[in-house]
Amino acid sequence: MNNIFAIAGVVIKELYRRKDFYVLFILTALICLVMASVNFFNDDKIVRYLKEICLLCIWICSLVIAITTTARQIPSERENRTLFPLLAKPLTRTQLLLGKFLGCWLACGLALVCFYTFFGALAASREHHWPLLSYLQAGTLHWVMLGVVIAFALLGSLIFSAPSANTTICFVVVAFILLLGRHLNKVALHLPEPRRSVLYGFYYLIPHLELFDVRDLIIHNWPPIAWTVCGVATLYGLAYAAAFLISACLVFRRKAIN
Amino acid sequence: MDTLKLPTQKTERSTNGRVPGPHGSDSPPSCASSGAGFSRQAARDPVLETRNLCVTYRGRGTSQPDRQAVKDLTLAVRRGEVFGFLGPNGAGKTTTMNVLLGFINASSGSASLFGTDVREPIARQRIGYLPELTYYYKFLSAEELLRFYARIFKIPRGERSRRIDGVLKLVDLEQARMRQIKTYSKGMQQRVGLAQALINDPELLILDEPTSGLDPIGRMRVREVIQRLKNEGKTVFFSSHELGEVETVCDRVAILHQGELKVEGRVSELARQHQCSLEQLFLKVIGYAARPSN
Repeated sequence: MNNIFAIAGVVIKELYRRKDFYVLFILTALICLVMASVNFFNDDKIVRYLKEICLLCIWICSLVIAITTTARQIPSERENRTLFPLLAKPLTRTQLLLGKFLGCWLACGLALVCFYTFFGALAASREHHWPLLSYLQAGTLHWVMLGVVIAFALLGSLIFSAPSANTTICFVVVAFILLLGRHLNKVALHLPEPRRSVLYGFYYLIPHLELFDVRDLIIHNWPPIAWTVCGVATLYGLAYAAAFLISACLVFRRKAIN
Repeated sequence: MDTLKLPTQKTERSTNGRVPGPHGSDSPPSCASSGAGFSRQAARDPVLETRNLCVTYRGRGTSQPDRQAVKDLTLAVRRGEVFGFLGPNGAGKTTTMNVLLGFINASSGSASLFGTDVREPIARQRIGYLPELTYYYKFLSAEELLRFYARIFKIPRGERSRRIDGVLKLVDLEQARMRQIKTYSKGMQQRVGLAQALINDPELLILDEPTSGLDPIGRMRVREVIQRLKNEGKTVFFSSHELGEVETVCDRVAILHQGELKVEGRVSELARQHQCSLEQLFLKVIGYAARPSN
């Protein structure tokens, strides 16, 4: 565990010493502040639209941070040749991968804390109401979802040599799952066999990232969901993250580094 | 410093197509006998050993056939030796080092460090490695980088600062320790590399062309550090194209050409046996013929 935490620490340092996070945070903050300062159509409930747009910005920014940070980890280590002195130490490749995963995941968690705190402050200034439990659930499930995405991007970074290819593929896959994943079973119903079974199989195979999207709790001030549901969703996400990480470890162990 | 005289030990070796060194190239190394339980048996045990090591890079399709980078390499480096690993570009030196460090797997044969298979991470606990081109996390300072590596070596927290101070002083980087590595000159980066290779007080140092691209002062510094390590009884295994440097600091050398071990032996005895300098021997081994001048 010591080695894994050491590597994770370096990944977090990299994130806060690079400019990516600050640029995205400032951009999101500017969009949200401008939106909050305008009272559209004199609608009292306009704050809900404001919250929806802000949360969408946070989701997009968090995915950008998670995918771009993770996709470059191993390829940049190889390209910059920092991997050589690192693997010449008593460190296994599995520890390296787990350290990278943990670092990216924790870094994204820190970014989420910043984003949600800013968003909460902004929403509270307009609504004078702060449903802390809903924020906690939305933030936690969002973070678990990012864990699945990070593990997937890490696996991709070992398969695709170019970080740009991996980043693009990850974005396309994540967008596809988030937008269409929940409808695949309905589409399958209208298909003849064997395409129906194939699509059903695909539906059950993919990680349903949309399950982690509980933004509506915050937007509509709904009561928090049951913690058992949250727990099951977390276990579901962790199981997918573990499956991707195990696959990544198997790929990395066989890879020649030269 | 006292010198420990050791009896000659014969080890199993392949002699395929190579010029044997005098006394079977197994002459005793000269080692410092300064404490630390340095016994005769320990000195005889190879610190680094390869047996019939072969590495083949797989080709792609018919246009690029398989390439054998290392052929049947059998080497043994014993404790306290400074061993020069020589050869022209593409001879297989870096490939051999990559196998020793577990970056790539051997196609056949075996390699071990301190008697442990190189594929085991624990085999790398007592080694320091300086790659040919030094690249480290540029967003970290030298101190942060060394602290990170010290943590990987599981050096106790209280001991870390003392070690870091020591190696930074050794490579003369105390003043720049808090600056990010991206602000360092090439020579300074090479010295950070040397510092990270020494952070665990290694018993074996593997240096891949440590003076490559350095100015004369940088080369001198690296040479001084190698000399100092030699005096401390450490084992150093390094590749270099600087034959003068190798002649100065090495106890034994091996010359590799096209993946095959051609010559191995003590520097002085090779020179005496072949009646030529190391550079001339090197050129002879690789089959270099000077072009007639017009």
